[in-house]
Amino acid sequence: MATVPMEHALILAAALFFLGLAGLLARRNLLFILLSIEVMLNAAGLVFVAAGSRWSQPDGQVMFLFILAMAAAEVAVGLALLLEFHHYAHTLDADAASRMKG
Amino acid sequence: MLRLLWLIPILPFAGFALLGVFGRKLRPATAAAVGVGSIGLSAGFSALVTASFLLHPPAGHNHMQTLWTWMRVGGFAPGIAFQLDALALVMVLVVAFVSFLIHLYSVGYMRGEPDYSQFFAYMNLFVGSMLVLVLADNLVLLYLGWEGVGLCSYLLIGFWYKDAANGRAARKAFIVTRIGDAALAVGLFLLFYHLGTLRIQELMERAALQWPSGSGLAIAASALLLGGAVGKSAQLPLQVWLPDAMAGPTPVSALIHAATMVTAGVYLIARTHTLFSLAPPVQTAVAIIGAATLLLAGFSGLAQRDIKRVLAYSTISQIGYMFLALGVGAWAAAIFHLLSHAFFKALLFLAAGAVIHALRNEHDLYRMGGLRREMPLVFWVFLIGAFALSGLPPADGFASKGLILTETWNSPLGGTGLWAAALGGALLTSIYTFRMLFLAFGGPLPQPVARRPGVTEKLPLLLLAALTILAAGLNWPAAWGGVSLITNFLHHTLPAPPVRTGRVAGGEAWLEVIAVGVALLGIPIAWLLTRGAPATVRAALQTRSATALRGFWLGGWAFDWLYDRVLVWPLVWLARANEADFIDLFYRGLAGMAGWFHQLLRWTQTGRIRWYATSVALGALLILALVIFL
Amino acid sequence: MNVVFYLAGAVAIIATVLALSRANAVHALLHLVVSLLAVAVVFFVLGARFVAALEVIVYAGAIMVVFVFVVMMLNLGQAAAAREREWLRPGVWLIPALLAATLLAAVVYIMFVGASRDSGFATVGPKAVGLALFGPYLLGVELASLLLLSGLLGAFHLGRRVRRLEPEGGG
Repeated sequence: MATVPMEHALILAAALFFLGLAGLLARRNLLFILLSIEVMLNAAGLVFVAAGSRWSQPDGQVMFLFILAMAAAEVAVGLALLLEFHHYAHTLDADAASRMKG
Repeated sequence: MLRLLWLIPILPFAGFALLGVFGRKLRPATAAAVGVGSIGLSAGFSALVTASFLLHPPAGHNHMQTLWTWMRVGGFAPGIAFQLDALALVMVLVVAFVSFLIHLYSVGYMRGEPDYSQFFAYMNLFVGSMLVLVLADNLVLLYLGWEGVGLCSYLLIGFWYKDAANGRAARKAFIVTRIGDAALAVGLFLLFYHLGTLRIQELMERAALQWPSGSGLAIAASALLLGGAVGKSAQLPLQVWLPDAMAGPTPVSALIHAATMVTAGVYLIARTHTLFSLAPPVQTAVAIIGAATLLLAGFSGLAQRDIKRVLAYSTISQIGYMFLALGVGAWAAAIFHLLSHAFFKALLFLAAGAVIHALRNEHDLYRMGGLRREMPLVFWVFLIGAFALSGLPPADGFASKGLILTETWNSPLGGTGLWAAALGGALLTSIYTFRMLFLAFGGPLPQPVARRPGVTEKLPLLLLAALTILAAGLNWPAAWGGVSLITNFLHHTLPAPPVRTGRVAGGEAWLEVIAVGVALLGIPIAWLLTRGAPATVRAALQTRSATALRGFWLGGWAFDWLYDRVLVWPLVWLARANEADFIDLFYRGLAGMAGWFHQLLRWTQTGRIRWYATSVALGALLILALVIFL
Repeated sequence: MNVVFYLAGAVAIIATVLALSRANAVHALLHLVVSLLAVAVVFFVLGARFVAALEVIVYAGAIMVVFVFVVMMLNLGQAAAAREREWLRPGVWLIPALLAATLLAAVVYIMFVGASRDSGFATVGPKAVGLALFGPYLLGVELASLLLLSGLLGAFHLGRRVRRLEPEGGG
């Protein structure tokens, strides 16, 4: 298929990952935090797929499948918790969830 | 029969064990029987052993008996072993018999006391330790006995512990003697390090071979041993504890602080005489300490009001005589004086006890009187004791003190100065002794007699008085007929005293005459100072300077005052200043720092998710940096 | 082919940046969907056709839809949007951007130190993936299904009685 050097694929994945990280650290809205996490997971999956394709093995894609399953489960539960939190605190401010302070 | 040697110290320990465990459950009579019986048996066995020793002397007049090896560390293997030679035999006899008589006296004297059985337990422990001390064949076992008697001294001085002052006196005695004990311990270390053994016989032989006379090591070792002796025997500069030790019951004062424990220092120096002979400066120091102490204590005795404190200072003074004898090389004379002092001082203390009990626990001489007619027996035995103490015939004090004076005059290590000091001391002794006699027994009776001595108290008084006179018969000055049974016997172990050229061995008659004359002079002087004081004397005694001098002597030449300011107060100040404990500060500082860091790190626990995520990212960065750059 | 890769990569990055910097949640979600589609193209280019499809179907198609549902359910309104804009002042991005950039640089550096400089991707078809899933990774598949089941149950339980927790001040 393509003759792109693997490093470039990895750089792309790294860039996406750290963008997600920046979003995670910067945004206060819990929804956007969860979103950033999804971005990061996706980037991690990209690494696996690239590696698998490089070595002509299906293991990379299998790994991506598992990551996908995990992301789905995590989103389900995470968003349910988000709704709970919104009902409880009437806000989606992550900084409001600081009962563990001190 | 000599194989029964080990029973002599063991029996008192057995008595202690029985009384210690069962004491509270026993009736007083049973406790007394156990306490006195154990010492009595011990004394009995001492007599048997003595008879055997005298009739069938062992080789070299030395019998050794090893019970077991105490410990074995490297080349150090002291044993629980006893050595019986002439010196030890004399000491054993003195300790065993005087202890027995004092125990017998205590049965009646301490009747009605709470802790009655405890008293006998401690006394038994003491006698056992003292016997171990004198019979020990190595210095480690001797040190064990040394410490044991120190402990018992503490326990018995503070016997009436409910009064805090007694506890203080006991602590003072223990701490002051501890200073000496520390010196002694260092001396033992030195001896073992350089000579490789602490068995006394071997030690003396090796020291004589390896150390030339006047060598630094010999001087150091004997000086340290002298330090220990000075503490235990209450000589300068560690004499401050003995007068305060009179807070204990009178039998305790008689046994421990007159007849036995305080003489342990004299015994130590006599035992290790070879070392002292190898260190002439130290031996001279012994003599000078003895002479200075006997004078100092003599003056102090003049000013005391408490009858027991007079006797305490007189003990310090008489041991000064023994030290003087040791210092001039008259080893046997010192031990003979030790023996005679044990008899007459115990006698005087026990008689004083009778006086104190008679006048309802009165200790002040100026509130006593008239007991000559009320208690004639006590008066006559006290008189015999007073004669002995002053050095007047026919009591043994005359023979022993006279012998010391003679030897001081004769010895090349002695001299006119030391002899004159000793003579001055004899005058002082006579004055304060008869002052005691006149004040306590003369004049009017201040109150009716409350308590008279019983049989168990009178018997020891009579026996001690008899022994006081008997001992004189065994050793009489050469110039007046000359019997030397005791000193000759001691010369099996101790060297004979040296004689300066131009002097007569055994002394000349005029020396004795002067000694007796000086002692006799004291009697009228004492009378003039007390009962028969004319108006001029009374007025002179009330003057400002006389009162100041009396106060100075009463306080023991201000040694307590000096030690308080030089040693005690700085230490107390230091302890108070360090109340916060600067070493503890370090550990508390560590804990404080941990707390401070905790407070600091608390700020990182914000409870905010983004903050935590940021720190995770930072951590990841850090690790990556480490991976890249290391 | 390579051009497609770099193009799709650029789109993905730009879309992600946009997604994470919007104040309006729905806008952000839509941007993210674009980003995921671009990543799917990248997968395809790399020869992983199967997961390219999966990416579109599951990730962009299911997970993002769930996000949209939740946003709709929350019904946040104008006040929330205003607050969101307030939270998105430029200064907020300083430290995260710095951190992310540094980490990116570090990772890139690691990649190029001792890199083997090989290239080329091979196509790995669905058949191979399927064989792997039913072969060595069978257990993993079962565990993943368990995980999904537990996720389902958790979400169901949490969503069951919305008024489970007391309002702020009590809980």
